[in-house]
Amino acid sequence: MDTRAITDLKKLLGPDAVLHRPEELLLYEYDGSVENARPNCVVFPRNTKDVVGIVQIANRYQTPIIGRGAGTGLSGGALARQGGILIAFSRMNRILEIDAENQRATVQPGVVNADVSVAVAHLGLHFAPDPSSQKASTIGGNVSENSGGPHTLAYGVTTNHVLSLEVVLPTGELVRLGSSALDSPGYDLPGLFVGSEGTLALVTEVTIKLTRLPEAVKTLLAIFDTVDDATETVVDITARGITPAACEMLDGWTIRAVESHVHAGFPIDCAAVLLLEVDGLREAVEQHAEDVAEVCRLHHAREVRVARDEHERALLWKGRKNAFGAVGRLSPTYYVQDGVIPRTKLPQTLRRINEIGKKYDFEIGNIFHAGDGNLHPIILFDAREEKQFQRAVAAAEEIICFCIEMGGSITGEHGVGMEKDRFMPLLFTEDDLNLMRRVRDAYNPTGLLNPGKIFPSTKGCGEIRVRPTPVGASRA
Amino acid sequence: MSTASAIHGSRLADIVGPSNVITDPAQLAAYTIDKKAPAAAARPQSTAEIVDVVKFAVKEKLAIVATGARTKLGMGLPPRQYDIALDMTRLDRLVSYDPGDLTLSVEAGMPLLKLGVVLAEHHQFLPLAVPYYNQTTIGGAVASGVDGPLRQFYGTARDYLLGMEFVTGEGVAAKSGGRVVKNVTGYDIHKLMIGALGTLGVITRLNFKTFPMLTSSRAFMATFQTVERACGMHNRVSQSPLTPITMEIFSPGVADLFSSKAALRAAPISLPKDLLSKARWTFTSGFSGNPNTLTRYETELREMAEECGAVDATVLEGSELTSAFSLKREFIPIALDSSPATIIVKINVLPRQMSEALANAAREADNNRLRWVAMARGLGVIYFAILPSESTGATRRQVIQAADNILAACTALGGHATIPWCPSEWKNELKVWGLPRADFAQMLKLKKVFDPAGVFSPGRFVGGI
Repeated sequence: MDTRAITDLKKLLGPDAVLHRPEELLLYEYDGSVENARPNCVVFPRNTKDVVGIVQIANRYQTPIIGRGAGTGLSGGALARQGGILIAFSRMNRILEIDAENQRATVQPGVVNADVSVAVAHLGLHFAPDPSSQKASTIGGNVSENSGGPHTLAYGVTTNHVLSLEVVLPTGELVRLGSSALDSPGYDLPGLFVGSEGTLALVTEVTIKLTRLPEAVKTLLAIFDTVDDATETVVDITARGITPAACEMLDGWTIRAVESHVHAGFPIDCAAVLLLEVDGLREAVEQHAEDVAEVCRLHHAREVRVARDEHERALLWKGRKNAFGAVGRLSPTYYVQDGVIPRTKLPQTLRRINEIGKKYDFEIGNIFHAGDGNLHPIILFDAREEKQFQRAVAAAEEIICFCIEMGGSITGEHGVGMEKDRFMPLLFTEDDLNLMRRVRDAYNPTGLLNPGKIFPSTKGCGEIRVRPTPVGASRA
Repeated sequence: MSTASAIHGSRLADIVGPSNVITDPAQLAAYTIDKKAPAAAARPQSTAEIVDVVKFAVKEKLAIVATGARTKLGMGLPPRQYDIALDMTRLDRLVSYDPGDLTLSVEAGMPLLKLGVVLAEHHQFLPLAVPYYNQTTIGGAVASGVDGPLRQFYGTARDYLLGMEFVTGEGVAAKSGGRVVKNVTGYDIHKLMIGALGTLGVITRLNFKTFPMLTSSRAFMATFQTVERACGMHNRVSQSPLTPITMEIFSPGVADLFSSKAALRAAPISLPKDLLSKARWTFTSGFSGNPNTLTRYETELREMAEECGAVDATVLEGSELTSAFSLKREFIPIALDSSPATIIVKINVLPRQMSEALANAAREADNNRLRWVAMARGLGVIYFAILPSESTGATRRQVIQAADNILAACTALGGHATIPWCPSEWKNELKVWGLPRADFAQMLKLKKVFDPAGVFSPGRFVGGI
C-alpha cells in the first residue's frame, strides 16, 4: 500500500485513529473463523464524514477497504483478504435516537447488539436478533452478515428488523436507503444491502425496529439419552406447528465442555439436551410450555425441567451462549460450520455428522439452532499441525456437501465470507453468480470494498461431488 | 389483427406453441394496461420458454409485461411500450411442499386460493392474504407488493419468502435464496423483486415458509367519535402485551362502501350495521389463541376501548368474523368499484402519526368537496380512497389538488405517499410514485443490471423505471 495513504489518513483522522505498525495490526488479522489476513492499516472513524474521507483516500491510492465491527464473524467477512485499510467502527458506537412510541431506534454501526436491548429494556422493548456473540458483536456487523440468533426462530433475523440504512458507497457517495416509515417506494434496497457481507457499502447509520418484550417467558430444558430422540423431538415440534421462541440443541459432548466451564446445570451424563423457550401472553405460555414438554416426553425425554426463576433461566442461556468460548478452552483451534437443512432431515444429518467425525478422527460437537435447522458442528483441531488442518477442512466440506444434498444451504447466519466462497457453485449456477457479481459491481465498481469475499475466485470445484441444483428442486 | 401482431404472434407461436398465443384483439383486450393493449399475449409453460420469449423481445426491441390474474395491472404509471403480455397462468404447479418442514416451492402462476386449499389439508397457510385474493396468482401478489391484514402479525412477503427463480431482462434464468427457513448465502435478490412490478425480472418460482393454521380466532370492533380516539385505541393496544393478528381503523363512510355490490361480492355476509357507523371511526382487531387467551383479549380490549372513549364495542365470531376479515383484505377493490374515478393514496407514516396523517388527508379531501373513505392498518399504513362522482373538468382539478396536498403533508410528517391506483387518464398529472427520492439513483443501477435493454414493463415503476 502506498505509504502516502497512511499520511493522508493520519491527517484526516488524527494520529491516534490510525494503526499501521505490524504489532498493532496483529489483533486485526483474525476474526472468529479459521482464516487470517493482515490489513496494511486500521483506522477508527468517529463519524460518517470520516468514513467518506477514508473512502476517498482509498480511491485515491486504489487501496482495498474493509469494514469491521467486533470481529466476531465466523466466515472471514471482516478480514482484509487483499490487505488495505480496515475500518474499525468501534468509535462510532452511539445510539442516536430511541423512539419508544414508534418502536424504532437509530444507531451507529459500532453499537454493540446487546447494548441496544439494555438501553431500551426500561421501555419494555428489545432488539430481537440475538446472536450468541451479542455482548460483543455490533449492529453494523449484524447488518452486514444478516445475523441470526436463538430467538430468530420466532422473531426473524436482522433483515426483518432493519428499516433504513445510511451508507457510504465505495465511490464515496453518501446515501440513505429505505425509510423509517414502512413500504419505502421503489426497490427494497435495505433488503439487498442487509446481508451483503460488506461488499456493497459501508454502513454508517442503521434504523431498526424495536420489539416489545414478551409478558411471560418459560424456559425448558429437555434431557435425552439419545441424540435421535432429541432430533426427532425437534422434527415433531416443527411438524405440529408449535413454534417456540427458541429451540436450541446441545449434544452430550458439548454439554460436558460447557459444564466444566459455565456450570449452567446441564446434566453431563446425557446424550443431548434441547433448550426450549416459549413466550407471549401468560395465558398462552402456560399451555404452550405444556405442549412442548409433552412432545419431549413422547420422544422419551428423561426429564423436562422448567427454569423456576429468572436466575435459572439466565444460567441456562449463559451455558448456551458461552458454549463456543467453553469449547475454545479444550482445543487450540476450532472450526464452526453453519449449514442449514430442512428440519425434517435433522435426525439423519446429525447421524451423518457423527460418521464424518469418526471417519476423520475428530470430536465434532453440535450446538445449534435446531428449530430452524441451522447446524453449528464444531470440529476441534490443532491448526499448528498442517495435516490436522487439512483433515478438519475436509470434514467440514463433507458436512457442507451433505447439507446441500439434503436441500439445504451452506450458511444460515455466519455468511459466506472468504471461508465458504468455494462452495458457492454448489448452490448457484454460473448465471446466478454472475448476476450477483454484477449487482456487486453496480455499487462497488472498482472492487475496492471488501475484495475476495462471497464469490469464488476459481471456477473449478473438482473434488466436490454435489452438483448445483435448482433452488426449488425436491429431494424428498 | 395488425401486422405487428401477426409477426410477433408467429414467432411467439414457435416458442410456446400456436394454441398458447393470443393475437385476436377481442381477447387481447383482457390484457389492457392503461388503455393500451399488447400486440400479442403468450402463455408459456416453462422457464425455458420464458427465456426464449425474453430473448426474442430483446432482439426485436419489444416490451414485455408479465401478468397473472390481471387484477392489479392498473398499478403504476402507464407503460411506455407494451408489445407482449406474458401470461404466467400456465406455470401453476406446486413444485414441492414439505409440511413437516413448513416450506414449499411453487410456480408464479399458481392462484393463491388454490394453494391455500392444499395447505389447509395440512392445517397450514401462507399469510399472503392480499386484495383480489380469490383471483390473484402468487407471482402477482408478490410482484405488486400489495399487503393484507395479516401483516400486523406475520409481516409481508419479504418476511416469509425464502428464495426465488426468475428470468432477467437478458433472458437469463437465475435464482437467489433457497428453500430452508434460515439462509444468508448470496445476495437477497428475491427481496428486490417484491413490489417491483416485474421491472427487474419475470418471477417463475417462489419458495415460502408456511405457518400453522390459527386455532380459534375472534375480532373486536369498537367505534369512536373522532379519528384521534380511534388511533388512540390503536396506540393503546400497541403498547400493551397483546399481539393481535390484525389491526385496522376504518373511517366513517365505510358502511356505505361495504354495503355496495362490490363489497357483497367480496364478503357476502354483512356486519352488524350499527358498528360500521356512518358517522364514526371503527377500530377493529383480530386475535387468536386458547380460550383463556381469547377471554383475556376480549376483556382487555373492552377496557382499553372504554378508556379511549369508544361509543360501543362488540366481539365478532363465525361468519361475522370471516366477513370482517374479507373487508379488511378487499378494501382496495371495493373502493375501486365504488366510484367511476377512484384514486387510492397509500400513505406511510410512523405508527404514532397515523391520526395526524388521516386528519390531514380528510381535510384536503373535504376542502376540495370530494367524497372519501380510508382504512388504516396498524404499523402506519393508510389507504386513503378519494371517490369522485365523475372524472371530468372541475373534479379532476380538485382531485389533483387534494392528492398533491396529501402527498406534501405526508412528506412533511417524515413519511411518504404514493398513488398506486387512479384512472389512467390522470396518471400524467398525479404523482403516482410520490415525490422524488434520494435513493432513486441506486435503484437505476439495479435496473441496468437486471434489464439493461428495458424490456420489462418500461415506464411503469418509480421514477419511470
